[in-house]
Amino acid sequence: MTTVHTPERIRSLADLEAVRALRAGDIALRHAEAVNLAEAPEVQILVCSGTGCQSNKSMSTVEALQAAVEEHGLTDRVKVVPVGCFGFCRVGPVVVIHPGQTFYCEVRPQHAPYIIRDHVLGGKPVQALLYAPNPREKQRIEKMMDQPFYKGQHRTALRNCGLINPECIEEAIAGDRYFALAKAVLEMTPAQVIDELKRSGLRGRGGGGFPTGRKWELAAAVEGDTKYVLCNADEGDPGAFMDRSILEGDPHAILEAMAIAGYAIGAQHGYIYVRAEYPVAVHRLEIAIQQARERGLLGERIFGTDFSFDIDIRLGAGAFVCGEETALIASIEGQRGLPRPRPPYPAQKGLWGKPTLNNNVETYANVPYIVLYGAEAFRSVGTHDSPGTKVFAVAGNVMNTGLVEVPMGTTLRDIVYGMGGGIPKGRPFKAAQTGGPSGGCIPAHMLDIPMDFESLTAAGSMMGSGGLIVMDDLSCMVDVARFYLQFTQDESCGKCPPCRIGTKRMLEILDRIVEGEGTMEDLDELERLAQGIKSTALCGLGQTAPNPVLSTLRYFREEYEAHVRDKHCPAGRCKALTVFRIDQELCKACNLCARNCPVDAISGEVRKPETFVIDPELCIKCGNCAVVCKFNAVVH
Amino acid sequence: MINLTIDRRPVSVEPGTTILEAARQNGIRIPTLCYLKEINQIGACRMCLVEVEGARGLQTACTVPCTEGMVVRTNTPTVREARKLVLELLLSDHNIECPTCLRASNCELMQLAHDHGVSQIPLQGAHHEAHLDVGSGAIAVDSSKCVLCQRCVAVCREVQGVSAISVTGRGFESRVSPFFDVSLSEAACALCGQCTLVCPTGALTEFDETEAVWRALLDPNKHVVVQTAPAIRVSIGEPFGLPPGSVSTGQMVAGLRRLGFDQVFDTVFSADLTIMEEATELIQRLQSGGPLPLITSCSPGWIKYAEHFFPGVLENLSSCKSPQQMFGALAKTYYAEKSGIDPANIVVVSIMPCTAKKYEANRPEMNSSGYQDVDYVLTTRELARMFRQAGIHLPDLPEEEFDSPLGIGTGAGTIFGTTGGVMEAALRTAAAWLEPDSPSPKIEFQEVRGIPFQVREATVSLNGTSLNVAVANGLAAAGWLMEQVSTGQKDYHFIEIMGCPGGCIGGGGQPIPARGPEALDEVRLARIASLYTIDERMTLRRSHENPAIQQLYAEYLEKPGSERAHQLLHTHYHARVPAGVRRR
Repeated sequence: MTTVHTPERIRSLADLEAVRALRAGDIALRHAEAVNLAEAPEVQILVCSGTGCQSNKSMSTVEALQAAVEEHGLTDRVKVVPVGCFGFCRVGPVVVIHPGQTFYCEVRPQHAPYIIRDHVLGGKPVQALLYAPNPREKQRIEKMMDQPFYKGQHRTALRNCGLINPECIEEAIAGDRYFALAKAVLEMTPAQVIDELKRSGLRGRGGGGFPTGRKWELAAAVEGDTKYVLCNADEGDPGAFMDRSILEGDPHAILEAMAIAGYAIGAQHGYIYVRAEYPVAVHRLEIAIQQARERGLLGERIFGTDFSFDIDIRLGAGAFVCGEETALIASIEGQRGLPRPRPPYPAQKGLWGKPTLNNNVETYANVPYIVLYGAEAFRSVGTHDSPGTKVFAVAGNVMNTGLVEVPMGTTLRDIVYGMGGGIPKGRPFKAAQTGGPSGGCIPAHMLDIPMDFESLTAAGSMMGSGGLIVMDDLSCMVDVARFYLQFTQDESCGKCPPCRIGTKRMLEILDRIVEGEGTMEDLDELERLAQGIKSTALCGLGQTAPNPVLSTLRYFREEYEAHVRDKHCPAGRCKALTVFRIDQELCKACNLCARNCPVDAISGEVRKPETFVIDPELCIKCGNCAVVCKFNAVVH
Repeated sequence: MINLTIDRRPVSVEPGTTILEAARQNGIRIPTLCYLKEINQIGACRMCLVEVEGARGLQTACTVPCTEGMVVRTNTPTVREARKLVLELLLSDHNIECPTCLRASNCELMQLAHDHGVSQIPLQGAHHEAHLDVGSGAIAVDSSKCVLCQRCVAVCREVQGVSAISVTGRGFESRVSPFFDVSLSEAACALCGQCTLVCPTGALTEFDETEAVWRALLDPNKHVVVQTAPAIRVSIGEPFGLPPGSVSTGQMVAGLRRLGFDQVFDTVFSADLTIMEEATELIQRLQSGGPLPLITSCSPGWIKYAEHFFPGVLENLSSCKSPQQMFGALAKTYYAEKSGIDPANIVVVSIMPCTAKKYEANRPEMNSSGYQDVDYVLTTRELARMFRQAGIHLPDLPEEEFDSPLGIGTGAGTIFGTTGGVMEAALRTAAAWLEPDSPSPKIEFQEVRGIPFQVREATVSLNGTSLNVAVANGLAAAGWLMEQVSTGQKDYHFIEIMGCPGGCIGGGGQPIPARGPEALDEVRLARIASLYTIDERMTLRRSHENPAIQQLYAEYLEKPGSERAHQLLHTHYHARVPAGVRRR
């Protein structure tokens, strides 16, 4: 690779463009049409280095690919580039080869020689590593964008994730980073920046959905020499990793957006509050801040103007509640992370008593796009009241787990059955949990619900930060509600009685119900407590903690009643309320259940129907037999 | 002024006033558990929830400032239901042993539950793990009764500047405790007991020793003498319905005799003795060049605090024991000899406004009589309980006199109970000694009379000598003053420090005001005023004029600062490193 001289410090738009020009070819290549790689003048092998793929040793894959490149003397023509998350985490470690965006799944170090030999040198993709929509069929999909997982997506916040090397500021600049900042500070007044944001209709992606432009306007309006810009990267919802992926894949997007925010509201300093459990994100942020400072994109007199802005990182110690903005502020100050009542709002009195603006990672990730391309471009996707896109972390009983970014208003069905590839084993969809512990469950009859702020709230759930957990018919909704309540109870900060004690009492009632000791009065009490906690708890976490219970009571009340009245768990999840038995008419005596029973509770003679029985004394109700049975003969 | 509507009535308040204060100013008392004005406005307890038109959800009146045109409703079905639910939840995790709780007569949680019609406790379930700590022998901690209002934490941090306790643990298992969950006895706690004055329930109380005292009183072989601190006479009436500051000296003495004490003495006597020794020490240090400033040592909470946080000033502390300990040492020597009683059979009980005095009496060096000088220390609150147990209603009693000779005191010893009092008493005697020829020696030193929470400074001229003096009350103020002294920013000759706001009358063992912590300010002022009134009305207002003191020196101690005086009446201090504190 040749080193090219670029301006050390970027002092003008021309300097920035000079840097972009140097690397523009890289980005163009990664969008280029397919050619025979054997004949391509340049090949780039992009390897996911997000946390998910890294824990599958993708960095070893990087090394193996690099070694193979060197072995074949291809270093001038072939470049191996670690990039951010591609989103399709289930099939990681992911490797994408350009030109042509050939998408390889589960690439281990031992696969590297084949990729170089067969594909890069031989021009023939390695079939065995291509994506197979159905593992039992031969069909393979070569190109990333041809996969159903990517087809319905529209990437704004994630646009550079999986495209650039996040540890290289030049690639980030080639990916348009800092052009929005340049435009803001060189061509726009702070009021114009805020106006653009307001017209864009961008709403907070951290959960509340508060209009971002309005928030900035409030912070800008407060008088004060010292103000702060905060980035809430304390992502804590179970299973959610939208923010982590952005920080890992495109950290400069956040720095740029925070600097724009600093310019818009008149702040000179920013803090990113990020979980210590995100070491990769923290590391990349540190590198990004260092590089931005060296290039003069953070620090004194940015782009030669009077605007100065710098950013520091603060690590969270793992308390979920520190994602609540007032608790986050307390934690940055070195206090116990406890929420405090608002007003006064952080815009008036925030960090160290100064006017403070706080947005979440994904919100910031949309800001440069809006500033650079305008509010109309942003509004061209999404719905009227929820413009733009939303990233969802799709998990649970769904084929394709991972991150998807879709236009607001995309239906739940499109996500689950389109990008998500449906439910494994063809089981029926039962519900989707959205919004994390503060959210709720959406039942099957609402599969066509548009995923936007209003629709989800009206359905008794919420957008939240974008967790989306899909559940099939084997999920017990009482158990699901109990899981989330257990989470909020564990993570309650303890400051106010409704959350500290109220969620405990609710949890105790749910415990009784799943143990078969619940009464119909318990259901009323559960509802009374839930409504009471909603209206009396101090912070957003406490106020929304009852949502999973309220929404499941709303849509699955009969399931609660089955637990209480019939002492029966329809999904067969609640052990105390489940007895497994074998339906002799359906049983083919294949012996699969008996072989998979961990406690040898099933006996019977192979190929002799009507001999298989489960000994209820020995059965530990693990449900394995029901899962393995091909004839649905194990019933409960 | 800000104009708003509270419960349909127009109201005008100063800008910055919270809804809660605005309501109080207009006769509406919004219930609270965690609120302490300007000290703890954290919206934690959720009792003060009100409806504010246009606001999203219920708002905490203690945190929301009034705004122009605001419409507030404090008494709606929604508000009442919300408060009731919060109370039900608190009670569901509360150790309901109310009849046997020390706070049964003035528990704020019980009162609120009663007021809000919580007629049953419908919610049952697990309780948070209880932490009990009586290791200090001064303050009893029972987290099973804690409602996590954090008033104690706020007082310890804001008023006392100690921060010995904080909320630890998380969620349902949150609790108030010292760092690392050590006992208060190992923590940075000064044992001042200010937390016990603001605890709404029985989670923080004095360590009760009434049973031990009852046993001593019943023991026919024991000669039980009692001393009462100056601050008790102006507060002991309060638990019996008398207005704050009511002077009940005579009834208190009568009551103590009825409880069965063999002799009823007065700590004012040994306060006068303290002045003799301490004024002598001051003059000696002035003449021999230090170490100065001389700092008073009567307040055991202050002493413990200094041992923890300001080991550098320990040599400045007066070596004089506190009046309580001087009394104990003399009761088991001088008094024992004089009355022909074997000191082994003498039991000395103190009635003190202070929880730290319990700790002081148990300090291992406090045994110069050959025995533990003071056997039991009861707070004012414990004495009130003993009176009740004995069927004594204080206002009904006749007035009686203290016994002689350890019951004779002057006005100077009496004002030991208020901030500035020790300073003034010392100056009265120093003035007399240094200006023996003055026709009208100065008695009242208004310039050193303390004001709760404030540090006062004055320069007093005595026979041509200028004395720079300072008076501080409350440990936060004491800490600030010591920083000034330690860093050389202030230069004093003599400093008086009392560990509690307002001095001993505001001590952590004093009765809890009937109206709760919000009344503490006015109660302190009333008690201070009464002590000065007692002083004004006395003939003998200077310690050296006390005939019993003169007789004590003539018969036993020889002169102030004598060898025997040093052996019995003086002590020493140790630097301590509490758990969780690192020395700079």
